Amino acid sequence: MHPFTLERPRDLPAALAFGAQAGRNDAPAEYIAGGTDMVQLLQEYVRRPDRLISLAGLLDNRVEIGPQGLRLGAAATMADVAAHPRIIEQFPVISEALLNSASPQVRNQATMGGNLLQRTRCPYFRDVGYAACNKRAPGSGCAAVGGENRWHAVLGTSEHCIAANPSDLAVALVALGASVEVRRAGGDRTVPLAEFHRLPGDAPHLETVLEPGEVITAITVPASPMARRSHYLKVRDRASFEFAVVSAAVALDMDGGTIRQARVALGGVGTKPWRVPRVEAALAGGGLDPAALRRAAALAADGAQGRGHNDFKIELMQRAIVRAVEIAGARA
Amino acid sequence: MSSDEITRREVLVLTAATGGLLAGGQLMWGPVSPAAAQDAASTPTPLEVMLRINGKEHRLTLDPRTTLLDAVREHLHLTGSKKGCGLGQCGACTVLMDGKRVKSCLSLAALMEGREITTIEGLAQGEVLHPLQAAFIERDAFQCGYCTSGQIMAGVACINEGHAGSPEEIREWMSGNLCRCGAYDHIVAAIQDAAAAPSATQGG
Repeated sequence: MHPFTLERPRDLPAALAFGAQAGRNDAPAEYIAGGTDMVQLLQEYVRRPDRLISLAGLLDNRVEIGPQGLRLGAAATMADVAAHPRIIEQFPVISEALLNSASPQVRNQATMGGNLLQRTRCPYFRDVGYAACNKRAPGSGCAAVGGENRWHAVLGTSEHCIAANPSDLAVALVALGASVEVRRAGGDRTVPLAEFHRLPGDAPHLETVLEPGEVITAITVPASPMARRSHYLKVRDRASFEFAVVSAAVALDMDGGTIRQARVALGGVGTKPWRVPRVEAALAGGGLDPAALRRAAALAADGAQGRGHNDFKIELMQRAIVRAVEIAGARA
Repeated sequence: MSSDEITRREVLVLTAATGGLLAGGQLMWGPVSPAAAQDAASTPTPLEVMLRINGKEHRLTLDPRTTLLDAVREHLHLTGSKKGCGLGQCGACTVLMDGKRVKSCLSLAALMEGREITTIEGLAQGEVLHPLQAAFIERDAFQCGYCTSGQIMAGVACINEGHAGSPEEIREWMSGNLCRCGAYDHIVAAIQDAAAAPSATQGG
């Protein structure tokens, strides 16, 4: 690891005063909470902050469910949220996304806020032996565009970066219309999760809308009967402990055999958690017959661009949507 | 048998009890990058850290980069916890933090103050092995032994969490621990045995 000063502030205001910046490799100071992704990247010299500010013990770790919906404290662990009986009952897509992520050990350590800020698994980003990575070293190029890109995104890409966002949780949350509560020294603000991550464009080193000194304090999910009839389908190369090749989060409001409303988001295929409103609109008012589901799912491919090895994802993500809607639709 | 020979069973007991077979070593070494060589010259300000390991308090002076794994291995000489990948992928470093399994290679030691850490060395009650340690010996649940202490610590947590109800469930909930020798069938059997033992949820 690059040498860093480790700050262990007494309270959150003291931590915010350091003005650390999340999700930028050129940030001189960064925050650390659960540390599961941060320590990997420190060990690999991908992140080299001069100063690390610990948020351990400073953030809310409660899970609250009320008439307004769900509130997840930023320090709640993946394991605690996944095992919460009322999340399993009322927001199964969230529990399923978490249980299909990482390993039991990591889920005991990793936090909600950190999950949204985890960095891409693009092997060129994570290996400093490759010079070209615009996300790690702005202006250096993208080794993935002409390289091994089976794992990479097909939606929201640019010629500068095709790295996929790796979070399963964020896919479930964006389908449910979640928001992120952010605190800085001057006050709080709320950002819809759909607007929290940036598209790479010509500045893939900027991953979120967080400003220096801002910290995620909570995630909120509005109450919705749809969330009860939801499912997270993850397609991956191993049965467990692997990132998504493709995933689909689906929530349905059903009237008998008819879909009143649908929420659909995709993982493993987008440069950010990828909601597909056109698919949602096409599903609404229809039934669960496979031909109709396939027609609706085909709209997810709008704007998709494969780079060779990942071309198969464009077809696979449509099939994942169909399967996930069928499973959610069959739920009581 | 000559007096300085040890039996396979003795080796197995030593490994299951303390992870001691390869106590001195790290199985895989990464290449030293130019960045690592350069950074060795500039050492950050050390931190005073109080760690509670296996019921005992230890005051250590640590480089802030020290992981919990390196603190227990290199500073406290508790070498049962192993460094395999150092990146959270293999599970050989698994310890319990406040009773929950974690990867000690992904935790900075200075951020573990106030936590109760249990390593493989803290599992047995004196000379009496934890039921899962005994089951690993009985089931011959390892070959080289490098992953074993991590497997046992994760297995203890797996049982305590109630995730050892079937071989399929055990395999899913033990997926964070890799065994390059492929002893998985015997590991699953050992966890099933220990889960069925009346005292299995003690320890840790």
